[in-house]
Amino acid sequence: MDQTAKTTSVSLIFDEMYTTAGEVRHHYQDIATQLFALPLEALAQKQREAEMLFRRLGITFAVYGEAAGAERLIPFDIVPRVFGSQEWARLERGLKQRVQALNTFLHDIYHEQNIIKAGIIPAEQVLNNNLYRPEMCGVDLPNQVYAHIAGIDLVRVAENDFYVLEDNLRTPSGVSYMLENRKTMMRLFPDLFATLSVAPVDHYPQLLLDTLRESAPAYIRDPVIVVMTPGAYNSAYFEHAFLASQMGVELVEGKDLFVHDYKVYMHTTEGPQQVHVIYRRVDDDFLDPTVFRPDSSLGVPGLVEAYCRGNVALANAIGTGVADDKSTYMYVPAMIEFYLGEKPILSNVPTWQLQKPEDLRYVLAHLPELVVKEVQGSGGYGMLVGPTSTPQEIAAYRERILASPANFIAQPTLALSTCPTLVEAGVAPRHVDLRPFVLSGKEIRLAPGGLTRVALAEGSLIVNSSQGGGTKDTWVLED
Amino acid sequence: MLSRTADHLFWMARYIERAENTARVLDVTHNTSLLPDDTEGAETHLWYAPLNISGCAEAYLTKHQLVESRAVNRFIALDPDNPASIYTSLMLARENARAVRGAITSEMWESINATWLELNRMMPTIDHANPSGFFDWVKERSHLFRGVTLGTILKDDALNFIRLGTFLERADNTARILDVKYHILLPSVKEVGGAADYYQWGALLRSVSAFEAYRKVYRDVITPQRVAELLILRADMPRSLHACLNEVDTTLEIINGISGRESRRRAGELHAALHFARIEDIFNQGLHEYLTDFLEKTDLLGQEIRSSYLAHRLEFIPVATQKMLAQVQ
Repeated sequence: MDQTAKTTSVSLIFDEMYTTAGEVRHHYQDIATQLFALPLEALAQKQREAEMLFRRLGITFAVYGEAAGAERLIPFDIVPRVFGSQEWARLERGLKQRVQALNTFLHDIYHEQNIIKAGIIPAEQVLNNNLYRPEMCGVDLPNQVYAHIAGIDLVRVAENDFYVLEDNLRTPSGVSYMLENRKTMMRLFPDLFATLSVAPVDHYPQLLLDTLRESAPAYIRDPVIVVMTPGAYNSAYFEHAFLASQMGVELVEGKDLFVHDYKVYMHTTEGPQQVHVIYRRVDDDFLDPTVFRPDSSLGVPGLVEAYCRGNVALANAIGTGVADDKSTYMYVPAMIEFYLGEKPILSNVPTWQLQKPEDLRYVLAHLPELVVKEVQGSGGYGMLVGPTSTPQEIAAYRERILASPANFIAQPTLALSTCPTLVEAGVAPRHVDLRPFVLSGKEIRLAPGGLTRVALAEGSLIVNSSQGGGTKDTWVLED
Repeated sequence: MLSRTADHLFWMARYIERAENTARVLDVTHNTSLLPDDTEGAETHLWYAPLNISGCAEAYLTKHQLVESRAVNRFIALDPDNPASIYTSLMLARENARAVRGAITSEMWESINATWLELNRMMPTIDHANPSGFFDWVKERSHLFRGVTLGTILKDDALNFIRLGTFLERADNTARILDVKYHILLPSVKEVGGAADYYQWGALLRSVSAFEAYRKVYRDVITPQRVAELLILRADMPRSLHACLNEVDTTLEIINGISGRESRRRAGELHAALHFARIEDIFNQGLHEYLTDFLEKTDLLGQEIRSSYLAHRLEFIPVATQKMLAQVQ
């Protein structure tokens, strides 16, 4: 790419810190004068310190496909991504609105199915979806909440223009990085925190605990809560252990639990102890071998029955996947209008559903410009980013689409905003997204911030940690 | 607490303690090897002892033909293929800690994780001809971890199971050190009570940090009988069998739940035997026989603790009912 082309393409993209005229945005002023006043070597030194801290703390994730137990650090960038209080307030309203609609939708489709009767969403989209769980029909959940913890992926393309990329309603991860990133930044830059009012996020575990308590079966006064992990070799194991310890609850595996008389117990040194709320980080399919996959040893036989009888709460509920499916995604704005009677505050990315012949035709003709994703994919695996793919990659992907078009959706390649990032050559703009974590109990809560992910390779739009992305601390400045 | 968590904590503590004791054994062997001894096969004899103590003599001999200092040092200190090596012990300690990192304090995790990372970093630079610095480091990391544990953890069952693991392992290791010293090193010494004997028993005392204590308690020459008394019967000697069983006994008393009656009985019996024993009787029975018997009993106690608390029990008595039963009794 020649130099002119590069400059033009960069100038069209919204930068979190600089205006197109090259001026520093208001809420980045102090960072510009304090952080960027440091010589590059000093910044690089801080970066190394940060890495040392992370390694010492063992904040790692396992990468699938590598040797069992291989642990890697997620690269951490010391330049924070900053929101002003006004823009955050608007985002927060939009997130709460969206999560409320999604929870209402989930309750509806497992009960009256009004949205289907009203013709807003086709019955087959919901009922034929393999993440729809007929076992959940008619099951009443406390507060009618299904997605207690939602990780909503957002990208920004302009000043007031945020798009939701994905609603992660099953077992969204990354919140431990939000907390550890903040702790690290406070250690590295105490002066910045002393002069700026950065809204704190470290009460998140308390918010989560409150949310889980409120989700317990109604007749339990002092619920016993546990975090359930697939085990130490899961990629997000660090986070599972971290959240359990931050909340002061047990971290259990399936083999630590058993069901007796439709109640769930854990094996303790004192004998069996009943469990009332399970924050499970195990997918539906592995929860109960008597109902879902019989070959799975991660789950607990009888758990689903105990759950459906209301003797234990699961967060998130079984069957939430049908609402974060990428082909259900396009109906979310309609859900907001239908259930809440409000205009959506956050936008959806225009989406082509390849099961529709006319969408398929368009997408196949425009592959080099589009992003194509698997309907049930996650983690940035198995997607095609047209503009950065080779003709061979595109041709191979075309074959996959043609084999089963209904498995794919396509979206225009968005000009994700950039944020100054410390890379080897110095500070340079890199594309970012944002995953705030929205908690639903008796009310909807969120900590001011989220996980900012950054694509470290120049020009790359893929921010997933499994694909070499990094993270940044996310600051919401108070007035 | 969760049985599996207690199990991991128990083994985490045992492996840390084991790493420390293995370093102690190698250290005393190394120091003894510096003493002049021109007996035929002295080196083989001397370096066979640590292999025997840690139960890895057979594994060693499948890999090496000669029993000599560098190879034994490397095998016991750093060989990942040796399940009893310091390297393997520290790895397993970290694996157990990692499995329950939510149940230990972040300082404990950082300490154990830093130990592991540092070990891997220093591996290539360890000088097997002069390994004392490495042994000191292992002991220091173990001391540090114990200190961090006591300084940060809540005094609840997590700590209790850590203490159980620590003191059971230590009792076992002290008994082994004493046994091997008595039966493998002694015959090699020409004159019992001579200068070499003094230095060897002195080295053994130093290996369990008991040299100064010996001087303070006995103010006299070092004799095998007194060393044995110090390390078996003295309750005020931190690494003695009696002191370890004191800790095991009191810890079992304060662990919650009624499932550990048999463990408590066994520990109490073992403890009482040490409490009332006389060193003359032990020597009359034979030190080796006494220690073998002790090792067997500690092993049984360990198994009983595992089946009482740590393994998943099939009988169904919910905690609430147990508490009621406990109150009634």
